[in-house]
Amino acid sequence: MVSRNDYAVTFSVKDEDHTLANPVRFMLNKNPHVSFTGYSITHPAEKVVNFRIQTTGEMTSVDAFRQSLNGVTDVCKHIKAQLAAECTSFQASAGTSMEA
Amino acid sequence: MADEGAGKRRKKQDGKSAAQPVREEPSLPPHLELQRTHVIAGADVNSNTMAADAANMFMALGIDNSWSWEKFLKGFQLHINKLDGETLEFDIIGIDASIANSLRRILISEVPTMAIEHVFFVNNTSIIADEMLAHRLGLIPIKVDPDLFEWKTGEDVASERNTIVLRLKVVARREGTEIINDRVKSGQLEWLPNGSELPDETSCRFVTSQKKMVPHKIEATVSDILLAKMRPGQCIDLEAHCIKGQGREHAKWSPVATAWYRLNPEVILLQEVGGAAAEELAEELPGLIVVRDGKAHVTNPREHEKLLEKVRRLSSEHQWAPFLQLRKRKDHFIFTVESTGILAPESTPGLRLLLSPVATTISCQAPESAKQHRPTMQKWVPSAKPAALK
Repeated sequence: MVSRNDYAVTFSVKDEDHTLANPVRFMLNKNPHVSFTGYSITHPAEKVVNFRIQTTGEMTSVDAFRQSLNGVTDVCKHIKAQLAAECTSFQASAGTSMEA
Repeated sequence: MADEGAGKRRKKQDGKSAAQPVREEPSLPPHLELQRTHVIAGADVNSNTMAADAANMFMALGIDNSWSWEKFLKGFQLHINKLDGETLEFDIIGIDASIANSLRRILISEVPTMAIEHVFFVNNTSIIADEMLAHRLGLIPIKVDPDLFEWKTGEDVASERNTIVLRLKVVARREGTEIINDRVKSGQLEWLPNGSELPDETSCRFVTSQKKMVPHKIEATVSDILLAKMRPGQCIDLEAHCIKGQGREHAKWSPVATAWYRLNPEVILLQEVGGAAAEELAEELPGLIVVRDGKAHVTNPREHEKLLEKVRRLSSEHQWAPFLQLRKRKDHFIFTVESTGILAPESTPGLRLLLSPVATTISCQAPESAKQHRPTMQKWVPSAKPAALK
């Protein structure tokens, strides 16, 4: 974490790539208190994502970052639950139609 | 009782405040809404490909584009189109491309499986070179639940907890006019639950048998993958050791043959097409365009996938440009997952994996922020803000 104040912070996230960074960037962009966000993978061989988060001052960059991570987690949980439920009902209906 | 009353009152108030914004919520003018929701596919270039993801994008129009869990829940839909032992196809509606793409990336490169990593040759007199055969062996999908095994990293010693040992011992011989074992197939790989038979060379020693750990026999998902061809008298004798890995290190660990998504196509008639033009269009796009009461109608574009690229071309031709358009919805993804057979496609636990990196990041983040940054924040926000307001 590199910063001189709490509202404009660059985070270095180790062992992550676009898989995590892009949804988090999307979520941060959707936060009205975030004035700027972007990420960069400085070298493809280095597994580090540099994440810049600047806020308007209503919340700290750390809080914005945490909120976006929680947001992405919630979305994934929802997708996962829905997918499992749909698969179960699909298999159930396929089973009954085959029996009939 | 008093609490109950308060709860009811609060609920009522919440109901009011929730209802008001819904009624008053302004919507985008139709041309902007179309740009926000759809990609317009042209013959040379697609337009409006950008995602409208900034919170303040439509601020000037008084429209809030920030993230809302309620809006997400309202817009989100998931339907399964196809599910069998190998393929899963589903429609996922109401998510951003970044999330769909992460799901795809995880399925391909982050869901672990077991695959052959080390091959110890005792003898190989066939014409295929050792390294070629080792590479071919590596790509065979091994049917076993990777959760049963631990990761083997760095200097970890090979043991029953992190390694599966398979043996391939085949000799080709002539029997009458037939040659036995002239084709070496993946089904001939034989599981050694008690571990390596060459422990000194492979430095792999099992303490107990894996039969207790694994509920079924470990073998290749498909038994007729051709590995090598032999002539009578030739032989292959080797031991193959599987370890757990991820597709991002090598594609042999990827649990999917492939996983991809595409956007939902829509074919739109911008103006009414009637008479001879309707007949002509129906002839150009048989099945996709039908003529009813002398007018052209569009049927379901998903059932005429092969015609969609023709629609794209026609839609920019002088004759049809004012009438025909191909659009793709930006938040409607048709996802296809083809499993290699190791994990059932519906169980390919992509989302579980997507959750875990997020969780680790949060937990890494918390102590750092708590220790270093919370105090300064508390100093700044409560004291500085109200003072400025006064």
